Amino acid sequence: MGTLASSLAEGRAEERLPDKKPLLTRAEAHAEAERCLYCTDAPCIQACPTTIDIPTFIKKIASGNVRGSARTILEQNLLGYSCSRVCPVEELCAGSCVYEGWGREPIQIGRLQRFATEQALGEQGLRALYTPKPRNGRKVACIGAGPASLAFAGTLALEGVEAVLFEKRAVPGGLNATGIAPYKLPAKEAVREVEWVLELGVRIEHAHVGEGGKRGAELLADYDAVFVGVGLGEDSRLGVPGEDGPGVVGAVDWIEQMKLDPKANGPLGRVVVVGGGNTAIDVARECAQLGATEVAMVYRRGRDAMSGYAHELEGARKEGVRLVEQATPVAFLRDPAGKLVGVRLARTEGGKPVAGSEYEIPCDLAVLAIGQAKLRAIAAEFPGVELDARGCVVVDEATRRTKNPKVFAGGDCVNGGTEVVNAVAEGRDAARFLIAEWSK
Amino acid sequence: MADLSIDFAGIKSPNPFWLASAPPTNTGEQIMRAFDAGWGGAVWKTLGDPIMNVSSRFGAVDLGTYKMMGLNNIELISDRPLEVNLKEIYEVKKRYPKHVVIASLMTETKDDWRVLIKRAEDAGADGLELNFGCPHGMCERGMGSSVGQEPKLITEITSWTKEFARTPVLVKLTPNTGDISEAGLAAVAGRADGLSLINTIKSIIGIDLDRMVVLPRVGDGSTNGGYCGPAVKPIAMHMVAALAREAGITVPISGIGGISNWRDAAEFIALGSTSVQVCTAVMHHGYRIVEDMIEGLSEFLDQRGMKSVNELRGAAIQSYKEWGELDLGYKIVARIDDQTCIGCQVCVTACNDGAHQCIFTGDEEKQRPPHAHAHGPAKPPRPFPVGLIAGARVPWIDEPECVGCNLCQLVCPVPGCISMVEVAGENPHETWNDRTRDGRTKLPGGIHD
Ligand SMILES: Cc1cc2nc3c(=O)[nH]c(=O)nc-3n(C[C@H](O)[C@H](O)[C@H](O)COP(=O)(O)OP(=O)(O)OC[C@H]3O[C@@H](n4cnc5c(N)ncnc54)[C@H](O)[C@@H]3O)c2cc1C
Ligand SMILES: Cc1cc2nc3c(=O)[nH]c(=O)nc-3n(C[C@H](O)[C@H](O)[C@H](O)COP(=O)(O)O)c2cc1C
Ligand code: SF4
Ligand code: SF4
Ligand code: SF4
Repeated sequence: MGTLASSLAEGRAEERLPDKKPLLTRAEAHAEAERCLYCTDAPCIQACPTTIDIPTFIKKIASGNVRGSARTILEQNLLGYSCSRVCPVEELCAGSCVYEGWGREPIQIGRLQRFATEQALGEQGLRALYTPKPRNGRKVACIGAGPASLAFAGTLALEGVEAVLFEKRAVPGGLNATGIAPYKLPAKEAVREVEWVLELGVRIEHAHVGEGGKRGAELLADYDAVFVGVGLGEDSRLGVPGEDGPGVVGAVDWIEQMKLDPKANGPLGRVVVVGGGNTAIDVARECAQLGATEVAMVYRRGRDAMSGYAHELEGARKEGVRLVEQATPVAFLRDPAGKLVGVRLARTEGGKPVAGSEYEIPCDLAVLAIGQAKLRAIAAEFPGVELDARGCVVVDEATRRTKNPKVFAGGDCVNGGTEVVNAVAEGRDAARFLIAEWSK
Repeated sequence: MADLSIDFAGIKSPNPFWLASAPPTNTGEQIMRAFDAGWGGAVWKTLGDPIMNVSSRFGAVDLGTYKMMGLNNIELISDRPLEVNLKEIYEVKKRYPKHVVIASLMTETKDDWRVLIKRAEDAGADGLELNFGCPHGMCERGMGSSVGQEPKLITEITSWTKEFARTPVLVKLTPNTGDISEAGLAAVAGRADGLSLINTIKSIIGIDLDRMVVLPRVGDGSTNGGYCGPAVKPIAMHMVAALAREAGITVPISGIGGISNWRDAAEFIALGSTSVQVCTAVMHHGYRIVEDMIEGLSEFLDQRGMKSVNELRGAAIQSYKEWGELDLGYKIVARIDDQTCIGCQVCVTACNDGAHQCIFTGDEEKQRPPHAHAHGPAKPPRPFPVGLIAGARVPWIDEPECVGCNLCQLVCPVPGCISMVEVAGENPHETWNDRTRDGRTKLPGGIHD
C-alpha cells in the first residue's frame, strides 16, 4: 500500500461496509471462465464502453495466463481494476451476454476482470506489466484527478509524455474515491489505483484550477495540451422551506464525508432520501447498511420512470429500504432549536405536487440526490471552449477535442454524468488522438 | 422390463456390467459393496506375486471444469499377499453365488501359471482374465503389454493356461499394438474363451512445469503410465468393433474403455460386446453409477422393443464399413433453428476458419470466398431470420456451399439448435468401390494434370 492510500484516516464509516462481491478464488475464477463460450463478434464486447476483448481475457484466465489476461483488459482500459468493481455490468457487458437470452446466469465478467487485474497487478501495480517509454518532451496538464483524467494521463505517460494532474481535493481519484458505494470499491482501493497511474511517471499537484487558483492561461502556456476532467459540481437543492440548516444534506457531499471523514461516522436515525437515480439508491443502501433505523426513498414519479438500475433497487429493497413513489418534499420541518424532525410530502401527478395532498413523515436526516450542478466556470478559463444548453463541455466525438484545439475534455463534465467506464473511454480516446497526432 | 442377464462363454451374469480389474476391485469388502449396488460382476485386481507400488500413482487431464476426462496410472498389479486375495474371493463367492468373480492373473513361467490358476479356481473364481495389457512397470519385467504386443507370446501363454484351466479363460488385450485383430486372433489361436479390451494406453499425462518433472510425480521423476477414462472411449470402440467384425474371432468380447453410463455401455454392446467393464467412472463417481446404467439400459431396450440385451449385441456392426463402401451421393446441410439460437456465433468462426466459409451474419448479400463452388454472392434467407432469443445475431447458412461436415453442429452450445438435414445431392448414389470397379477413380486436377 502506497503512502497516499495509507494516509486515509482510520475510523471512517465506509470501513464498516463489507465488499459485496469479493475477489473470486482461483478455483471460482477458473470454473466461471470455463463457462464463457468465446463468442464471435461477442455482444459483451460491444456493450463495453471501452470495448475490452472480454472472451479473450476470460479464456486467458481459463488457461492460467492471468498476466496476459490483465494485459488484454488494461490495453483497452487502464482503469480496468476499478471498473471491474464499479461497473454496472448487469446493464453493460454481462447484461448482453448470450447466456442472458438463454435464461442462464450470464458470465460474471466484472468479477473475472477483478480477478485478472487484482492478481496480476497485486502490490506492484501497473509497473508489474508496463514500463513507460522514455520521455519525449511533450507535456500535458489535466484538470481533476478523476477516472477521465487518469485514463488520459496514464495512456500518455506510457508513451513518454509528461502528465501533470491538477486536483483540488486532498484525496485524488475523483468520484472513484469520494463517491462510489464502499461495498463496491472503498476509497483505499481507488487511491491505490491512482498510485499505480502515478507510478507510470504521472505527477499530481494539489491546486484548484480557476479563479483564485491556477489559471487556464498558465496551463495553455506551459503545456502542449490540456485535458478537462472536472466531473460535476455541487448537489442540487430543492428550494423548499426549511431546507437550509443542519440535517438536510446533498447526496454526493454526504457520501464523500461518509467515505473519507472519520467525524461523519455517528449513528443514523430515520433517513429520507430524495431522488430516483442511482445516487439516491446508493445513499439509501449505504444508510441501511450502516444501521439507520429507517430509510425511505422519496421519488416524484413511479418506479418505472426511475433512472436507477432495477438490480440496484432490488438490492435496496432487500436491505429494507422503503420506496415512496409519486411524492415530493414541499417543506422540511424543524423544532424550535432548528433540529430537523420531519419532512412534509405532497403526492404528485406527472412529477408535480398536488395541492391539498400533503402529509408528514418524521426523519432525522434528509439526503438530496436530485442531481448535480455543472462546473460551468471551467469553460471560461479557456478561450473558445463551449458549453451546450445543459452546461456540458462540447467536444468532437472522435477526438474529444473542444473548440479550443489545445483543450480536450471527457468524463462527466462532457457526458453529463454516466459511469466511470465512460469517463475512462473518453480520456483514453483523447490520449490516443494526441499520440497519433504527435507521431505524424 | 428387458432381460439384462448374459452368458459370457458359459459364465452367467445377472447383467452385463462388470467392474474392470483395477482399484475398485482391490478387496473383497469393496466388491461386496459393488454387488450390493448392482454390479453384475467384478474382475479382481490382477493377482500374481505381490509387488511394491510408488507414491504418487495417478494423473489426469480435465476438460474445462469436467474433471478426469482422461486418467493415467503407474500402479502395478495387486500389492496384497495372494493368500489374502484368495480368501476374500472365496468369501465373496460364498456370499454372492449369483454374481461373477473373475480372477485377473499375471505371472511369468508356465509353472507359475499352473499354480496361480489352480489357486484362483480353488478359491471359487468363475473365470480367469489374463492380463496381457499393463503398459507400465510390469512390461519392463517381461509381463503385461510386453506379452500383448507379441502375437506369438499371446498364443503360447494362452495355450499354457488352457492346459490348466477348468473355467473360461479371457485374454485382456493391450491397445498398444499396431493391429488389434492380429492380437485377438492370436488369443483365439491359443484357445481363449473370450477377449477383454482395451487395457490402458501408454501415455505421459503431463509435466509439472514448475519442477520440470513428468507427472504423476514420484520425487524427482516419473514414468509413462496407462491412459483410460472417457477420453479413450473412441479408441476402445474402434478396437472392439474391429474384432467383432473379424470372421476369425468366434469368442465373446468384454468391452472396456471410457464407459461411464448406460449409453456408453449400449454403444459397446451394439458394437459386439457381451459384457462391459468399467474402471475410471467408478474411481470418479463410485459404485452407485450402476443404478442408472441398469435402469437406463432397460428403458432403452424397452423403448426399442428388445426383450433382451442379447438382441442389442452387434446391432451396429453392419453399419461399420470401409470408407470405400460409403454413399457418395448422400448429402446433408446445416440448418439453424432461429428460435433456440442464442447468437454466440461460435459456429460462424468454426465454419469460417475450420470448415467451408459458408455461415454468415447480417441481412445483406455476402461475398463468397474466391474458392467457392457456387457463383455470385451468398444470399441471406428471406425473410431474414430474427430469432426469438438472439434477434438479428442469428447466423445463416449459405446452403449451396455447405458440405455437411457437422462442425457447426458440433461446436454449437445449444443442444438441437443446429440440425443436419438431408437434401438432394449432386452426385449419384454410388461408392468409391463402385467407381474403382468401373475404373472411374481419376478425378480432374490430379498430380499429372
Ligand atoms: C454517488 C455516485 C455513485 C456512483 N457510482 C458509480 C458506480 O457504481 N459505477 C460507475 O461506473 N459510476 C458511478 N458513478 C459515476 C462515476 O463516478 C463518474 O461517472 C466518474 O467518476 C466520472 O469521472 P470524471 O473523471 O469525469 O469525474 P470525477 O470522478 O468527478 O472527477 C473529477 C475530479 O476533478 C476534480 N476537480 C473538479 N474541478 C476542479 C478544478 N477546477 N480544479 C481542480 N480539480 C477539479 C474533482 O475534485 C474530482 O476529483 C457514481 C457517481 C456518483 C455521484
Ligand atoms: C489405477 C488403475 C489400475 C489398473 N490396474 C489394472 C490391473 O491391475 N489389471 C488390469 O488388467 N487392468 C488394470 N487397469 C486397467 C483397467 O482395468 C481398464 O482396462 C482401463 O482403465 C480402461 O477402462 P476405463 O476407461 O473404464 O477406466 C487399471 C486401471 C487403472 C486406472
Ligand atoms: S457474451 Fe458471454 S459467453 Fe459470449 S463471449 Fe461474452 S461473456 Fe463469453
Ligand atoms: S447456431 Fe448455435 S453456435 Fe451458431 S450462433 Fe446460434 S447458438 Fe451460437
Ligand atoms: S456443416 Fe460444415 S460446411 Fe456446412 S455450415 Fe456447418 S461447418 Fe459449414
